[in-house]
Amino acid sequence: MAIAVHCRYAEDVNPAFPAEIMARPGGEDLQNCIQCGTCSGGCPLSVYMDYTPRRVIALTRAGLEQDVLRSVTPWLCSSCYECQLLCPRGLKVTDIMYALKARSIEKGLYPKKLPIPVLAREFYGMVARYGRSAETRLVLKLMLRTNPLGLLKMAPQGYRLWRAGRMPLGQDRIRQTEQLRKVLDAVEES
Amino acid sequence: MAAYAYFPGCSLSGLGRPYDESVKAVFARLGLGLEEVPDWNCCGATSYMSINEEKAVALASRNLAIAEAMDRDVVAPCAACYLVLTKAQHVLAEYPRIAERVCHSLREAGLAYRGTVTVRHPLDILANDVGVEALRAQVTSPLEGYRVAPYYGCQVVRPYGLFDDMFAPRTLERVLGAVGAQVVDYPVKTRCCGGSLMGTEEEVGLRLNFLLLREARQRGANVLATLCPLCQFNLESYQGRMRRTFGEDVTLPIAYFTQLVGLALGLSPTSLGLQRNFVVAAPLPVPA
Repeated sequence: MAIAVHCRYAEDVNPAFPAEIMARPGGEDLQNCIQCGTCSGGCPLSVYMDYTPRRVIALTRAGLEQDVLRSVTPWLCSSCYECQLLCPRGLKVTDIMYALKARSIEKGLYPKKLPIPVLAREFYGMVARYGRSAETRLVLKLMLRTNPLGLLKMAPQGYRLWRAGRMPLGQDRIRQTEQLRKVLDAVEES
Repeated sequence: MAAYAYFPGCSLSGLGRPYDESVKAVFARLGLGLEEVPDWNCCGATSYMSINEEKAVALASRNLAIAEAMDRDVVAPCAACYLVLTKAQHVLAEYPRIAERVCHSLREAGLAYRGTVTVRHPLDILANDVGVEALRAQVTSPLEGYRVAPYYGCQVVRPYGLFDDMFAPRTLERVLGAVGAQVVDYPVKTRCCGGSLMGTEEEVGLRLNFLLLREARQRGANVLATLCPLCQFNLESYQGRMRRTFGEDVTLPIAYFTQLVGLALGLSPTSLGLQRNFVVAAPLPVPA
């Protein structure tokens, strides 16, 4: 008989992990969580998550970095801030989700099969380069990388948008792309 | 004449074009000036912050630095732009270490931000600068027969609640009431539409938006008012797919609140971009 329970052992723990997350903006109150679950109850997306927000916070505090950074939960968070508003202990739960997303990108542990991180990275690259995001091009890039056949299904909707004048095909850009690049590079170097 | 700096954001030249058109038309009709922030860049939305929080703040701060020189309140209609610009200011104020790095990087590019910009939503401007009574006095075609579900979505009210209560906001109801619409009770008014999840995890996005539409129809609404280009798109463009997926008709016109206010102020549907909406307000009476 196979044991289905996923056991975790001392060697799965990264004791430095909670402090890493607490050092990021919004993470400082992590240890104040009382595990009441109000965040999970208020979250409109918790039913689709592998770990509810409450469990993500518990796992983060326990240092179970791999479980947390490979989880789909931070990526499914749509940043609606309901949990952050409701939390009786004042945790910035949504900001903690951002910290976990960014950390999972840095460590290359984000869930590879999920289209959401692909969209985030395409968006990030486009904005850093042109200073503006172009919805049409972004969706095209996302679909080509994650679900090329899905483009066929989207064609009628694209046509309607284009006819309504709501789907510009070009890449909008700012004039001072060089200035923006300097700003972003300087953050990296400082 | 009151004058504002205008931050349209990327969506308002694409999906949200009717929002851009209706904000400009309503502001012009009310004698409010709008001057675009020169060479503004993308606010960064949720995606940028998901990759690198400090760069996201720097990205938003370039806009704040440019807008500061204009010395007037910045109007941001898109919920994501409004939140991200506001959030950047909060992060700069609360985290001196990040503020130092961001201000240093702005200086490297010949910019500076002193922290004096106020970011506002057009709903806040209509309710609190113009005022509900003054708005009512300008109405020429009251929205009789309009039963509106007031949908705030998430990012205009949370997490800072700058002009309304975060649990039970009322501003949209007050503005829509002032222009003669009947506002239905809509308890899910701050429930999230899922944002970009409709494009990445459609099954999830469809369900969230289906629930919002069904609730509005059950409450007797014949139109839903939105404040955000992504909410508008999600709620409007997938109604056929929702009917096929869930076996229930949830057809409902989805209008920007500025389009509804504009109609009541006697502006033409075309000047408000209504011809670009998919679910046309066919069941709605054209205001006299």
